[in-house]
Amino acid sequence: MNLNPLSFLFGEVASDQVVPPRGNAAWLTGFASAAMAFIAVFALTLSIAVGRLADYWSLELIRTATVQIVAAESELDAQTEAAMRVLTTSSGIDSAKIIDESEQLNLLEPWLGNDLPAGTLPVPRLIDVQFSEEGADLESLRLRLESEAPGATLDDHSYWREPVIKASKRLRIMVAISLALTGLITVIIVVLSANSALASNQSIIRTLRLLGARDSYIAKAFVRRITLRATMGAVAGMILALLAVLTFPTQPESNGLLSGLSISGLDWAYSLLVPLLVAVSAFIASRMAARYHLHSVT
Amino acid sequence: MISLENAGYSYGSRAILENVTQELAAGSFHFLTGPSGAGKTTLLKLCYLSLMPDSGKLEIFGQDVTKLNREQITQMRRRIGVVHQDCQFLNHLTVRQNIALPLLVAGKNIEDNMENLEDLLAWVDLDHRADAFPEEISGGERQRLALARAVIMDPDMIVADEPTGNVDWEMGQRLLTLLVELNKMGKTILLATHDLNLIRSIKGRVPASVLRLKGGQLDLAGAQL
Repeated sequence: MNLNPLSFLFGEVASDQVVPPRGNAAWLTGFASAAMAFIAVFALTLSIAVGRLADYWSLELIRTATVQIVAAESELDAQTEAAMRVLTTSSGIDSAKIIDESEQLNLLEPWLGNDLPAGTLPVPRLIDVQFSEEGADLESLRLRLESEAPGATLDDHSYWREPVIKASKRLRIMVAISLALTGLITVIIVVLSANSALASNQSIIRTLRLLGARDSYIAKAFVRRITLRATMGAVAGMILALLAVLTFPTQPESNGLLSGLSISGLDWAYSLLVPLLVAVSAFIASRMAARYHLHSVT
Repeated sequence: MISLENAGYSYGSRAILENVTQELAAGSFHFLTGPSGAGKTTLLKLCYLSLMPDSGKLEIFGQDVTKLNREQITQMRRRIGVVHQDCQFLNHLTVRQNIALPLLVAGKNIEDNMENLEDLLAWVDLDHRADAFPEEISGGERQRLALARAVIMDPDMIVADEPTGNVDWEMGQRLLTLLVELNKMGKTILLATHDLNLIRSIKGRVPASVLRLKGGQLDLAGAQL
């Protein structure tokens, strides 16, 4: 008797050969597992990428601040100079840089378009502040700016940071729920396909029993086949999902809001867990289904 | 070997077998006959443990079958070779693989039994069709394949349900000859058929008896041929 080339993985002598290699249940198991693995890898990748992007945004915002100067045209330069003096002499600040008009227009471009005539909008003067690792005392910085440059206000980005962190936390919860649902649906599909495989092979089960096969032998044969099909489907789904992920932009673009959704380094390894989890789920689900089915059929 | 004592079986409220009492001795040859719907297949199913009697008593190899657990039933099934009219093969396996199937499910080493397997293929004249699939062979070849599969485990008893039902006279005689050979080797044979010519043709070859079922009851029990 020919041995199944994969029999060394599963031990025993090719007992899964007793299960027909083709049939609707086989197709269903493989396809459903591939689809579920695709969705799971995609959700997992999205979760990792969104998390990292949220961390990146958060870190960027926490280590920077903006000083905004609103003053009459005649006082603007003097107020800017005073604010710069405060910033360059305060501790915990790495750099302070006045954002010139063209840079300001670039920042407004995503919202207002690129045909803004320079000088027509009453935009305030902005100073980009980079904090050092230890950070600055924001309260005393505010007080100093208030006394030396009354037109200057310090924006520490907390207004922007908190919603970003909140949104990323919610997004992660949603992705976790999606992953859990995907896993649950995978288990349900495997149970249904196992039942379908067992039901459509009633005559084979009857024949095997009459030939002296134990129910555990029959169950094992079906479980192996179903687990193998589900795993192969999941591997295919994972590969397709990873290929799709490769099309994500790899670097945060300067003016895009949702760029940088790629994964890198060890993050790829998490995807390998998906086929493994599908295999384990398929094994447990098909084993339970097979035992229940065989027990209920005389 | 088999002892039936007022054994009965019903499908729902319809009694298929009633008060069947009969002894089948080891090494004996029996024809089971009767009109369609008389309960022949049901009686055979009781004898190869596909069904359990719901009344009376059935002992096989000296054991009350209703008291056996699943494992004991499995072990007992391995001592009984079954030949069905519709054969029931695994169509995705070859002739050789189908014959070896009982060895595989019993966890026996196929390599150790290769000689026996090849001998069996030659005995049923299927050595030239060993790598064909069941759907590619003729009705007579399928019956011989079923017989080879039934005897690969060297069972004590062969139960055959209308094995000649779908084959011509000549093929029926070839099958009967094979069963006679098995009986001469000491196997108990229980063969269900409604073909009276087949029953008559055994006369003088081996001692055989006829059991006739009618309306679920044995009305002729053990008439010697």
